[in-house]
Amino acid sequence: MPWDRDQMAERAAQELEDGTYVNLGIGIPTLVANYIGDKDITLQSENGMLGMGPFPYEGEEDPDLINAGKQTITELPKTAYFDSATSFAMIRGGKIAAAILGAMEVAENGDLANWMIPGKLVKGMGGAMDLVAGVKKVVVVMDHTNKAGEPKLLKECTLPLTGTGVVNRIITNLGVLDVVEGGLKIVECAPEVTEQEIRDKTEATIVN
Amino acid sequence: MKKVYGSAAEALDGLLRDDMLIAAGGFGLCGIPELLIDAIVDSGVKGLTVASNNAGVDDFGLGKLLATRQVKKMMSSYVGENAEFMRQYLSGELELEFNPQGTLAERMRAGGAGIAGFYTRTGYGTQIGEGKEVKKFGEDHYILEEGIFADLAIVKAWKADTSGNCVFRKTARNFNPPAAMCGKVCVMEVEEIVEPGELDPDAIHLPGIYVHRLIQGEHEKRIEKVTTRKKEAV
Repeated sequence: MPWDRDQMAERAAQELEDGTYVNLGIGIPTLVANYIGDKDITLQSENGMLGMGPFPYEGEEDPDLINAGKQTITELPKTAYFDSATSFAMIRGGKIAAAILGAMEVAENGDLANWMIPGKLVKGMGGAMDLVAGVKKVVVVMDHTNKAGEPKLLKECTLPLTGTGVVNRIITNLGVLDVVEGGLKIVECAPEVTEQEIRDKTEATIVN
Repeated sequence: MKKVYGSAAEALDGLLRDDMLIAAGGFGLCGIPELLIDAIVDSGVKGLTVASNNAGVDDFGLGKLLATRQVKKMMSSYVGENAEFMRQYLSGELELEFNPQGTLAERMRAGGAGIAGFYTRTGYGTQIGEGKEVKKFGEDHYILEEGIFADLAIVKAWKADTSGNCVFRKTARNFNPPAAMCGKVCVMEVEEIVEPGELDPDAIHLPGIYVHRLIQGEHEKRIEKVTTRKKEAV
């Protein structure tokens, strides 16, 4: 059985190292926060917060306290607030240990495309380009293929890039792959998924 | 030096002209200078270029200035929440310059700090880097980005004293300090103006030197996406 969204998030949470600062993107990456467990992880929200807490209880929403997805959230005893220039100074400056992001396409050299489809509505890159340029470990969580069943792990991205050679690890519904010299390496398969199935559904070069 | 004005319109008096560059604070609808935006709508000034991370929603924040067609160009990182914005952009009526969020913040900070340009890895090898100078430092490629020197900054803080020293509240700080810094003139709206000495000088987020005019007012502070959890049964 391929992983569902929650299982992908649970697997992605294993990538986070105890005692680190981490930025989670919008979508499945947001769910990763549910699986941190006992690890001491401090979540950064790029609109200006370290130590992001859970959603507020009904009636306790604060319009001055939102995350980068513009959702209402809460603070923790360890929370710190700062301005956007400081926030991206820590991102660009390599202080954030890991970023978990969604993707439309990833290439075998680690190129990432996740912000724009030409001809369709363009919403913007937000902080994604800064994150992939500055964060030490970039983990992508994505479906292995598109709705038509075509590969999204490619030899070269067809969509406009978010960053070049920036992705370290890819977690899909079928398994886990690392970006290595010469292509992608299969690290793990989801239950009942074979390496052959991953190879069949991947355009990028798979190295042994 | 008198900085406190009676209303947003009074505080903006003599500062607005067509085709000017305005830097605005706020992230989404959080910490936006909503009173000053309304006053700019009422002024009828047009042809504006606005540097702001987002463009508001259709009926709140910068979306109001878009609805009245007073904006010629936006410099933003994310504009996904505004249907009128998309309509104007796709029909060619509105120019849009995408800036990565951190690049936009640093361009404002740099402008305010007298730095004309800086090199960043962000955007190298992407559309954002096209046409920009590339320089290699060590093993990495960096692109040249320019500081923003705005004609006017409009920002929102939580509390300020009458000399403009101010504090922000939680994530409503966001782009407000860098936007304030990069304006030749900065007009700030706050929820409460206090006397000098009431704010701890060690806890000032933005010193009053960056704030030229100040107003106090009631803020709607609309929430864009209310997300909550249920209280667990005890």
